[in-house]
Amino acid sequence: MLKDVSFGQYYPVDSFVHKLDPRFKLLCLIAYIAMIFVAANFYGLAVCAAFFLLAVAASRVPFRKIMRSVKGILFIAAFSAVLNVFFYRGETVYAEWGIFRITYEGIIFSIFLVVRLFLLVMFSSLLTYTTTPMALTDGLENLLTPLKLLRLPVREFALVMSITLRMIPTLMDETERIMNAQRARGADFESGGLIKRVRAIVPILIPLMTSALRRADELGDAMDSRCYMGTYTAGAAKRTKYKKLAFTRRDLIGLLFAGALIAGVILTKVYLGSLL
Amino acid sequence: MNAIEFHNVSFSYGGSFAIRNLSLTVGEGEFIAVLGHNGSGKSTLARLCNGLLEPDEGWIDIFSLSVGKRRNLFTIRKNVGIVFQNPDNQAVASIVEDDIAFGAENIGLAREEIGRRIDFALKAVGMEAYRHAACSRLSGGQKQRVAIAGVLALDPKVLILDEATAMLDPRGRREVMDIVTRLNREQGRTVVLITHFMEEALRADRAVVMNRGEIVMQGTPSDIFERHEELITYNLALPRIGCICEALKQGGLPVGATLDEEKLAEEIAQCLSRQND
Repeated sequence: MLKDVSFGQYYPVDSFVHKLDPRFKLLCLIAYIAMIFVAANFYGLAVCAAFFLLAVAASRVPFRKIMRSVKGILFIAAFSAVLNVFFYRGETVYAEWGIFRITYEGIIFSIFLVVRLFLLVMFSSLLTYTTTPMALTDGLENLLTPLKLLRLPVREFALVMSITLRMIPTLMDETERIMNAQRARGADFESGGLIKRVRAIVPILIPLMTSALRRADELGDAMDSRCYMGTYTAGAAKRTKYKKLAFTRRDLIGLLFAGALIAGVILTKVYLGSLL
Repeated sequence: MNAIEFHNVSFSYGGSFAIRNLSLTVGEGEFIAVLGHNGSGKSTLARLCNGLLEPDEGWIDIFSLSVGKRRNLFTIRKNVGIVFQNPDNQAVASIVEDDIAFGAENIGLAREEIGRRIDFALKAVGMEAYRHAACSRLSGGQKQRVAIAGVLALDPKVLILDEATAMLDPRGRREVMDIVTRLNREQGRTVVLITHFMEEALRADRAVVMNRGEIVMQGTPSDIFERHEELITYNLALPRIGCICEALKQGGLPVGATLDEEKLAEEIAQCLSRQND
């Protein structure tokens, strides 16, 4: 049961977007989020949406997969939309009860907000669909390299991330084993109210924690045995890196598109004015 | 030069001694099996060999370098690789290739050299096809082979297996044992095999039996197995073939003590033909 929970949500196909440098994809996401907030009108958002659709087409990830990511924020989106419809101080009033007032501007602004939110979440999900957690870690480590100058342990941070990712399937298996062991002893995880169910988790968490600590201990020994010296460096060699990220012509094409996105959004903002 | 030398070493985790006044010498290229019941101190012995633990008394030399000195630690760990018991607790990366690279990165090898080391290590354990596989999808035996490859990437002169087969099924156990034997015979690596499976010890040049932190028996595996009554007092059971030999002798068939299946079959045949005459 737990094994089916895929961590991250990598969608393994071979596509243009999958092959892009993870560093470029991360930077592109940041630029995209910035552009969504720079966009001042629906034309700007249309440019963002066009870029997003193009990226989806180039990624070969089925659109309904990406739509799934919106599910999680439906409630927040609906909530903020309703709030804006009722409380936005607009001019063209359609209806009014006490402090509530529905205006033309309120409705437009709510729609704008929801589109923004959806684009943001969908584009972010595209990154995790097309990039393995390992590649993301590598990319992040590489982008954070300048922080080494501030003596921040970037490499260690990346190693922690990598070990975390590695341990997720192991701990999933372990959880399932413990749950089965508890079930065999008559534990019941499925029935009862919220409080009862939460309490049923405690006997799973405690053995899980103990075993995780034991595993950490053994992993530490295994790492030491393989010459990992961490920050203790006396007599140790300088750590090198096997994986090398390469900026290819593909990334250059991506960069051109990203440039077009930024130019498009800024032009619509300058020439076509603001939303209301 | 000797690979490992223990001189009157004692070690305790705080309570009673886990290792008691132990002296042991392992020559370069030797294959030695360390047998012992749970809690006999054999895992502690492994951890003392590369400085994961430091002795309370006595001293340990690895290729004439003292383990106690901090500045020797890196060189010693480069030369002494340990494969541990649990196949799930040794990998640091999700992908086989990345995990094997870890050790090679730690000793500061150049990128191309790391690539070559990965090729070499994967080939040595017969896992070339799994270079880009996810560690979590492998079987226990395969994970343990990757763990061996991860250690081999450092090109250590000494390979210590700390009950590395204990959690594997019979097939995985055989896979790992075959690889270890080959690493010793073909590449001349010193192997210290810590186990409580007597059958595995048969492959060694020399076997050492530990009990309560002390070495209580020493000799070739077949010598040791002949002293089966003594073994039982240390809570160690004879390998199946030894038991059969013993049972045959007691049942009135005078076969010679052997641990080789073929040889035993021959002995039985000879005995039977003699009886028939």
